[in-house]
Amino acid sequence: MKKYIDTGKKDTRSGFGAGLTELGKTNENVVALCADLIGSLKMDDFKKNHPERFFQIGIAEANMIGIAAGMTIGGKIPFTGTFANFSTGRVYDQIRQSVAYSNKNVKICASHAGLTLGEDGATHQILEDIGLMKMLPGMTVINTCDYNQTKAATIAIADFEDPVYLRFGRPKVANFTSENQTFEIGKAIKLQEGTDVTIVATGHLVWEALLAAETLNEQGISAEVINIHTIKPLDSEAIINSVAKTKCVVTAEEHNVLGGLGESIARVLSENQPTPQEFVGTKDTFGESGTPEQLMEKYGLNANAIVKAALKVISRK
Amino acid sequence: MPDINHLNDLVVQVRRDILRQVHKVNSGHPGGSLGCTEFLVALYQKIMDRKDSFEMNGNDEDLFFLSNGHISPVFYSVLARSGYFPVEELNTFRLLNTRLQGHPTTHEGLPGIRMASGSLGQGISVSIGAAQTKKLNNDSHLIYTLCGDGELQEGQNWEAIMYASGNNIDNLIVTIDYNKQQIDGSTNAVLPLGNLRAKMEAFDWDVVEISEGNNLEAILKGMEEAKSKTGNGKPVCVLLHTIMGNGVDFMMGTNAWHGKAPNDEQLESALAQNPETLGDY
Repeated sequence: MKKYIDTGKKDTRSGFGAGLTELGKTNENVVALCADLIGSLKMDDFKKNHPERFFQIGIAEANMIGIAAGMTIGGKIPFTGTFANFSTGRVYDQIRQSVAYSNKNVKICASHAGLTLGEDGATHQILEDIGLMKMLPGMTVINTCDYNQTKAATIAIADFEDPVYLRFGRPKVANFTSENQTFEIGKAIKLQEGTDVTIVATGHLVWEALLAAETLNEQGISAEVINIHTIKPLDSEAIINSVAKTKCVVTAEEHNVLGGLGESIARVLSENQPTPQEFVGTKDTFGESGTPEQLMEKYGLNANAIVKAALKVISRK
Repeated sequence: MPDINHLNDLVVQVRRDILRQVHKVNSGHPGGSLGCTEFLVALYQKIMDRKDSFEMNGNDEDLFFLSNGHISPVFYSVLARSGYFPVEELNTFRLLNTRLQGHPTTHEGLPGIRMASGSLGQGISVSIGAAQTKKLNNDSHLIYTLCGDGELQEGQNWEAIMYASGNNIDNLIVTIDYNKQQIDGSTNAVLPLGNLRAKMEAFDWDVVEISEGNNLEAILKGMEEAKSKTGNGKPVCVLLHTIMGNGVDFMMGTNAWHGKAPNDEQLESALAQNPETLGDY
């Protein structure tokens, strides 16, 4: 097995902030917009270094999406920043008409996604955003797994001329992908080779999938681990090739199983190679207050849950 | 520059285009379209500094955004007769595979359209964005926006209105089609807008009122005044008092023709009131 080292826990939102700082230096067309959450989104540096390209919109997310769409006319590349809930559900129609249908080059950057937002509770913990965004024609959906990958993805989407939804989170989590990686939109990353079960994970669950693979390995089970950072367009080939070998799959995401990554994988497999699948995700429920660790344990979104799902799906082969 | 007689001829021809488009497919929104005909003709023929060819980024020219996208028949007619696409294409309005969708869209690549609209309340925000990009690009041209009065019931407008003055967006002229009608009835009956002028002024906008919003000379004079107010730190609002259904006697001043097409007899009567000037498509 490959060994992955946590080089020190960092939040993915800081990866976004670092990526934006980098873009400020390298791409003069990048502009940033925020709806009164500069500190939470780690946009302080960009604001300080490029005040003329930073736009504080206030607590008015619908207006922010519209302004971002308009800014593309004349060649700017707007990055909007707020929590995932206010980046999607609150402004769905604005994104639908002014960004997706109008095909505007807006990057919707969404922090505090999922349960790991923690103590603020269900009003802020969106578990439906991947579904909302992937249903929009022309929208690319990315959910990164650690600081380094989030930074790389932030930089990469600036050169990709289409609407993008970039999802990341609040808590400090393991930082284990390489520091100077090139982020390839739509290209799955195989983290472990295995033969008995495929674990396809996205976002914060990727590290948990690696831990699960270690535990499984100790039990003599060989797990293949795939990091799907891009949920749409989905790297179908990587999934089909892996499952052709392992004959079963576990999907893992910090999102409702309805509408999430798991259903996208199920669709690909049902069309190409019907396969037993277990879904690690929230089961059509809202979240609640608690620490991120408590919530991930209670709602079954950690390495233990992935191990259990793997054992179950192997038994169904 | 076209003279006022030519503009009058164009207004009559655009009315015919509107009526014939909606009649053919028995759908669409003639009332608001007719009410804004003089304004859009004046805007595209006289007021805007625009290029003849269409380029999405629209650098170094004035830009227009239509927020109340349902008045697409007048928008399409004015765009076609301003040279953006062949006038004959008006024949395809709302038909399968057309570029002239029920509501305007960039999706089909129709020259002249920079943003989809139809779901209401988004046009001012979009216009602010375009205005800010113009400033970043050191492009001194203006952004023009048209929105409906009933549309102001959407909350996003007020986010945008607050933002525009708070951020000195002074290269923006937002015209409100103040016909006091919406699809379910008068705005007073549906949800009163109150004193719009006082509201816009309280939000720190400069306001120009055009009391005869279907009179070309009044529009030209009012818009010149609006232009003169740009560049002074405040966004500019034009309250354009119009008559819904203007130019067709039985459609005027009522919400009845907001989203309804005339039948054969009604079309004949409406066209008789607006004899062909520049040639039907």
